[in-house]
Amino acid sequence: MSDLLIGGEPEIDPSAPRLGVLRRYLRNPLAVTATVVLAVIVLACILAGVIAPGSPTFSRLDMVNAPPGGEYILGGDGAGRDVLSRLIYAGRLTLLGALITVVVASVIGVTSGLIAGYYAGVFDNIAGWAANLLIVLPGTIVLVSLFAVIGPNILLSMAVLGVMFAPSFFRVVRNQVIAVKNELYVDAARVSGLSNMRIIARHILYIVRAPIIILSASIAGAAIVVQAGLEFLGLGDPATPTWGGMLQDAYANLYTGQHLLLPPGLAIGITVGSCILIANGVRDALEGDESTRVRRPRRPKVRSQQSRPRPRTNGVPATAADNGALLSVSDLVVGYDTDTGDTKNVVHGIDLTVERGQIMGLVGESGSGKTQIALSVLGLLPAGGAVREGAVFLHGVDLAGLSPRQMRQVLGRTIGYIPQEPMSNLDPSFKIGHQLTKPMRSALRISSAEARRRAEALLERVGIPEPRRVMGSYPHQISGGMAQRVLIAGAVSCDPALLIADEPTTALDVTVQAEILDLIRDLQRERQLGVLLVTHNFGVVADICDRVAVMKSGRIVEERSVHEIFDDPRDPYTISLLASTVEGAPLRAPLTS
Amino acid sequence: MSAARTLEVENLVVEYAARGFRKKPFRALHGVSIDIRPGETLGLVGESGSGKTTLGRAVLGLAPVTEGSVRLDGVEIAALTHKQRRPLARHLQVVFQDPYTSLNPVMTVGDILAEPLRAQGMTRSDAKDRIRLLLDQVGLPGGSIDRLPREFSGGQRQRVAIARSLAIDPRLIVCDEPVSALDLSTQARVLALFREIQERIGVAYLFISHDLAVVRAISHRVAVMYRGEIVEQGDAATITSTPSVAYTQRLLLSAPVPHPIDQAQRREERRRLATLTAETSTEETPA
Repeated sequence: MSDLLIGGEPEIDPSAPRLGVLRRYLRNPLAVTATVVLAVIVLACILAGVIAPGSPTFSRLDMVNAPPGGEYILGGDGAGRDVLSRLIYAGRLTLLGALITVVVASVIGVTSGLIAGYYAGVFDNIAGWAANLLIVLPGTIVLVSLFAVIGPNILLSMAVLGVMFAPSFFRVVRNQVIAVKNELYVDAARVSGLSNMRIIARHILYIVRAPIIILSASIAGAAIVVQAGLEFLGLGDPATPTWGGMLQDAYANLYTGQHLLLPPGLAIGITVGSCILIANGVRDALEGDESTRVRRPRRPKVRSQQSRPRPRTNGVPATAADNGALLSVSDLVVGYDTDTGDTKNVVHGIDLTVERGQIMGLVGESGSGKTQIALSVLGLLPAGGAVREGAVFLHGVDLAGLSPRQMRQVLGRTIGYIPQEPMSNLDPSFKIGHQLTKPMRSALRISSAEARRRAEALLERVGIPEPRRVMGSYPHQISGGMAQRVLIAGAVSCDPALLIADEPTTALDVTVQAEILDLIRDLQRERQLGVLLVTHNFGVVADICDRVAVMKSGRIVEERSVHEIFDDPRDPYTISLLASTVEGAPLRAPLTS
Repeated sequence: MSAARTLEVENLVVEYAARGFRKKPFRALHGVSIDIRPGETLGLVGESGSGKTTLGRAVLGLAPVTEGSVRLDGVEIAALTHKQRRPLARHLQVVFQDPYTSLNPVMTVGDILAEPLRAQGMTRSDAKDRIRLLLDQVGLPGGSIDRLPREFSGGQRQRVAIARSLAIDPRLIVCDEPVSALDLSTQARVLALFREIQERIGVAYLFISHDLAVVRAISHRVAVMYRGEIVEQGDAATITSTPSVAYTQRLLLSAPVPHPIDQAQRREERRRLATLTAETSTEETPA
């Protein structure tokens, strides 16, 4: 139930044309080529009667193993039949077989997957068992033994193969449905009075269509290969030509007709390859769609290498900004590369200083660029983002001039960072003790025992009742408020001079927020820390900040002491923001009825 | 207490089956009772894990009701099946917290709004007229019909969600943190829209929020939840200014006021209360 904060959301231009999935697919040359090739193959097979130069079964003794280039363009096979005609006709059965496999597998798999995922319960259990059973059965061996029962009926064999492939569809669809069915828009549809069938058809089937298309294409490829294998083993109908049957013939005449191997081999290879390329193309087209749809910025876990080297604009010497300030940001411009190759600036030249022992609040609405400033100071801008102009000075040292190794030292020892989402900033697979001591050992070069001792003392300091127990816990075993305390302990563990706190209490309950703010204030006083606090909440600003900078669209519109901002706001934007706070809103009169 | 009630919830218990064989089920609500009159807003405030969202979902039929009753306009709805509930959609609607996931990303705004109308058997052309009216009511341009949710900002998306909830003459809208994901100025505008709609069409709201200030601005009455129970309910003015229960007091004093001097004062009061009551921290329970 944490607050969802949409920070740094790029502006969406409503006039920009939407690039459909189809158009994106058509921009992928490989996928388009594969589609054309497959279409040609399919058409050729359908129109075999018109296109093929002769009959696939007419046998001429004088053409047995005839080399290519003569009367038969691709030569004659072991029985004196035209290889080209056979190749074209053979595609019919091969492609029909693949189609049957795909249709059977998808109908069974998708239907059962939808039902199992949506309704769960007993059907899900039974279907899951059946799917597991089918998966452990060795497909080709089943088909070979089936031959003994049903005889040389390749289409029936392919249908059975479809049943064996059904679990792939079942699993993908079931998992997708489970992921989607708890989405709020499905709940909303349920509340709107839609029947289950309509919810499945309108909201759920649409989401699973992409994996179904991709899976179908790859299963078609696999079916062609399996079918060819069966026929190569001689389990096909010898009366009808197939690519696998032709391979078998080529194998039988390996010494007298080497030319026989290539045509069916190539036909199988090109068809299967096309199927796979089409699947990839569809996937890429749909993923492109996703990336434009999901606009929430991801917090980077590792430092973006692209954020450096930074271009220095006016060659200011590193000491120029050494006015005694702890942190000094001058004329900072942060820009992101866009899809079209341009740069879109999100911070337009801001100046900011944080003194030792001062809490500087950076306040603004989503997309105002406040988090971008914090990330620039930390050198943690996401991929594609970089400081385009200006510089960040820490104790008068230009951070852009530091090597990555020096920057790591600075991040560990001089700057501490408190992130917004405590849970996602602790690694779930390591114990808290390990995550706290590791940075201390590497930054301060102290022994493991000493680090543990200090970590315990820190946890006690941040108000955790049983430090020893928490050190031995994994992040999921503690509450969100505790996790934030742990991160604060981590942020101050290497005795930094500057603390960057990016919405440190937004994800927390108000009672916990009050305690965390108290903690930050106490630590700041104790250690004379400089703090850069990013927040959207004027209550938090009023509670803890000494100075406030109000941001709007990448610019600071007003920067003054906290009392001046609240009592005498000057910029119209600040005034309108303060007027929007609901705290002073009039109460509604009780209903009289 | 003889006046008509839009919603009456009595001794509602919701339990979720625990994972594992013969594990005791998790009880999210311990016998909760609330009621809402026509055209009234009941604010439901509480911290994460207090059960406020579960209560809203139980009213909507999205959470399993173990015991107790839920009556909409006097009709018992707690034990209805999905199929039996479908006609209720006319009267009972929802606005969720997250405007990003509560709208299907691949459907146009027109399709999203048409869905509840068509489910109630409205013809396509009637639905189209109604959608224009709805968009107008929530202050979105008529050209929004053919656009996808991703082309709108958070506040505009929430307007679409509100329009959807208004589609068919609702008696009660469950609003689950509808402004929590929004920016400050957007939040104020959306709250004003909620009030304006209520005054015009007389719909009742069950307004769920963790933010006491938001609840105070929209509610006629307020109920405070803590660990699956309602600890205090009453007039908005009383509950949000002079609460009598210690937990509500703590909640109120924990919310920072946007003014440095007032806030310093509130902070002092909170500390005094903390030393006074010396009650155990709620924080140990994992969220």
